Amino acid sequence: MNKELAKHFFSGHSACAGCAFPAIVRAVLGEASCEVVVANATGCLEVTSSLYPYTAWKTPWIHNAFENAAATISGVERAYEIMKRKKRLPGGDKKIKFVAFGGDGGTYDIGLQSLSGALERGHNFLYVLYDNEGYMNTGNQRSSATPYGAATETTPSGRASFGKTELRKNLMDIVAAHHIPYLAQANVAYLADLKKKAQKALAVEGPSFLTVFSPCTNNWKFPTSQYVAIAKLATETNFWPLYEIENGKYKITSEPKNVKPLTDFLKTQGRFKHLFSEKNKPVLERMQQITNEEFARLVSLTEK
Amino acid sequence: MNKNNSTKKLALTGGAAAAEALKQIEPEVMPIYPITPQTPIIETYAKFQADGEVDTEMIKVESEHSAMSAAIGASSAGARVVTATSSQGLALMHEVLYIASGTRLPILMIISARALGAPINIHGDHSDVMGCRDSGWLQIFCENAQEVYDKTIIGMKLAEKVNLPVMVIMDGFNTSHSVENLEVLETAMVKDFVGERTAITPLLDTKNPVSYGPVALQNSYFEFKIDQEQATNDAAAEYQKIAQAYQEISGRRYGFFETYHTKDAERIMVLTGSATGTAKVVVDKLRAKGEKVGLVKIELFRPFLHQELSAILKNAQEIIVLDRAQSIGTTPPFYTEIVNSLYQIGEIKKIKSFVYGLGGRDIFQAQIEDVFMGKFKDKYIK
Repeated sequence: MNKELAKHFFSGHSACAGCAFPAIVRAVLGEASCEVVVANATGCLEVTSSLYPYTAWKTPWIHNAFENAAATISGVERAYEIMKRKKRLPGGDKKIKFVAFGGDGGTYDIGLQSLSGALERGHNFLYVLYDNEGYMNTGNQRSSATPYGAATETTPSGRASFGKTELRKNLMDIVAAHHIPYLAQANVAYLADLKKKAQKALAVEGPSFLTVFSPCTNNWKFPTSQYVAIAKLATETNFWPLYEIENGKYKITSEPKNVKPLTDFLKTQGRFKHLFSEKNKPVLERMQQITNEEFARLVSLTEK
Repeated sequence: MNKNNSTKKLALTGGAAAAEALKQIEPEVMPIYPITPQTPIIETYAKFQADGEVDTEMIKVESEHSAMSAAIGASSAGARVVTATSSQGLALMHEVLYIASGTRLPILMIISARALGAPINIHGDHSDVMGCRDSGWLQIFCENAQEVYDKTIIGMKLAEKVNLPVMVIMDGFNTSHSVENLEVLETAMVKDFVGERTAITPLLDTKNPVSYGPVALQNSYFEFKIDQEQATNDAAAEYQKIAQAYQEISGRRYGFFETYHTKDAERIMVLTGSATGTAKVVVDKLRAKGEKVGLVKIELFRPFLHQELSAILKNAQEIIVLDRAQSIGTTPPFYTEIVNSLYQIGEIKKIKSFVYGLGGRDIFQAQIEDVFMGKFKDKYIK
C-alpha cells in the first residue's frame, strides 16, 4: 500500500471490489495541507471502514447517525475554536480542517436540513458527497438523487413501470443558494480535476462543498473492473458535467469535445437495461432530452 | 451546616437559576434551539454571552436533533458541552440521545419538562422525560429553582466524572417560570467545584487518532451495552459523593430520595417535581391532626435505587404514588418502579397509583389531602 496515498484512509476496509469511494476519500484528503478531522454519515463508507475492533481511519473520525454528519462536524469545529482560544487543544496548538463525508441518501434526503443549517452558519468545513444515486447500503432503493428511468428495488421496472418517474434533485443549486464561497461537481474518473477542486475547497475558510460521482458496481449492475470507465462515460455524455461555482460564478471545468449519446452510458448498467425495449423508447428519448436541457441550462449559467 | 459565608440571595425563575449556574460553569460549547418552556434558559445565557460575561461557543442550530448531534460532536472533540430542551424537542432528539449515552459522552442537558402532543400543549408534565427513561441518560429531578441551580452544578460534575450524559429536570412553567428566592454560590467556588473537563480520548487529539461511533456487530455490541449499564449503575455512588461534596460548600443536602416524615409514617406518598412542595404542606397539616403520613421525593430517577427506596417504604402500610405522566398501555412509570422496589424485598403492600397534572393541570392541597385520606377514588387527579 502506498503510504502517502493511504495516510488518512488505510487498507483493510471492506468496501466492494470496484467501489469508487476509497479513491474519492484518498484524493480529497490527500490535498489537505494540515491536520484533518472527519465526520461520516451512516452509509457504505462508514460501515465498511469502521467494523469494530478495526478501523481504516488513520485520522480522527466520527460517525454519529445517518442524517447529522453536518451538525456533528459543526460541534467538533466549534469545540476546536474555543479549545484553541482557551489553549486547551489536546496535543497542543495546531491547524485542523474539518471534512464530512456522506452519500446521497445522507445528503440529498435525510441529512439535507442538517447540511443546510451547517452551511448557513458558516462553519469551517468541507462537505463531500459521494453520489451513487441511491440507497446502496440498504440494498438499492431510490433516493432523490436517483435519475429518471433508473430501476431500483423501490422503483422496479415492470409491466406498468419504467422505473423512477421523477427527475433527480439539483442539489448543487440548493447548496449554492447558501452563498458559500466554493462548491464543485466532480467525478472519480477525473482525478486531477477532483484533486484541484478538493484543494480549492479545502483552502476555503468557511463552508465548501463537493459532489463526486461514485458508481456502484453492486447496484448499478456492472463488472467490478468498470467503475472508472462508466464514470468517464457519465461526463462524456453530459450526464454528469464537471463544474464549479466560485463566489457565485459558474464555470465548466472540463467539457467533452465530442458529446456521446446518453445511451452509451446507460447501456453499460443493469439499472437501465429495461429501457432498451421498444416500449420504453420514449423514456430513453426523454432522458436524452433532460440531459440536453440540463446541460444547456448549466452553460447559460456560466455565461452570466 | 453551611460552611459557605459568601452566598448571595437572588430571586430567579427556575430557567434563570439554570442559566445562572451555567454562567458560573461556563461551558465551552452550547448548541441551542428554542422551545417553550425551555427558551428563557438559552436566551438568558445568550445575553450573558452578548454582554461578555462568558466565553462559550453557542451554536444556533436548526433543530433539536442537530442540537444534540452537535453536542455529540463537541463532546467527542473534548469540550465541556451543555444544551437544554423540552417536550417535542426532546422527542426529536430521541435517536441521538442513545448515541450520546452509548458513546459515553458527558453532555449536560437542562430540561423544562413539558407535555407531548397530540394534542399539542406547552405546559408542564413529565411525559417528555419519561419517554427517554431507557435512553441511558442519568435523570435528576428538581423541586424548585434552588434545586435547579444546585443540581445543574452537581449534574455537570457528575457527567464528566462518570462519562455519561445527564438530564437535570425541572417542571415546565411551575418551576421554569416561577420566581423564587434562592442562594447562589460565588463563581470561583462553582468553577473550583466543577473543575475543567479532561476527556479520555478526545477526537481533536490528532496525534492519537481515534474512531468514534464504529459499527459493532454480534461479536461485540452486547458487551458494549453491558458495560454501559454497569457504568450507569456505578454512577449512583459518584452522584452521592458529589452531592455530599456539594453539601459541604453549600449547606444543602441532596440524595437519591428526599424523605419527609417517613420514619413512623403509615402512609407514604411518592412523587417528584414542583408538586412536592404542595404535598409537604399537606403532610404538615395532616400531621398536625395526628395522621401518620409522610412523603418521598424522587431525586435521582436514572439510575433508580430500588434498595434505598424499599428501605424507606418497608414499614409503611400504604404507598401512594403520584405520576405526572402516563405509560399508556401499562401502569405509570413511578408506580411500576415502586412495585418493583418492594417486590425485590418481598414486600407485598397496598400501593395506590394516581396520575396528576397532565398538560399543566394544577394540583391542589385539598386533592392531595383527599388522596392521603383515601377519599379519592379516581385514578386521575384532575
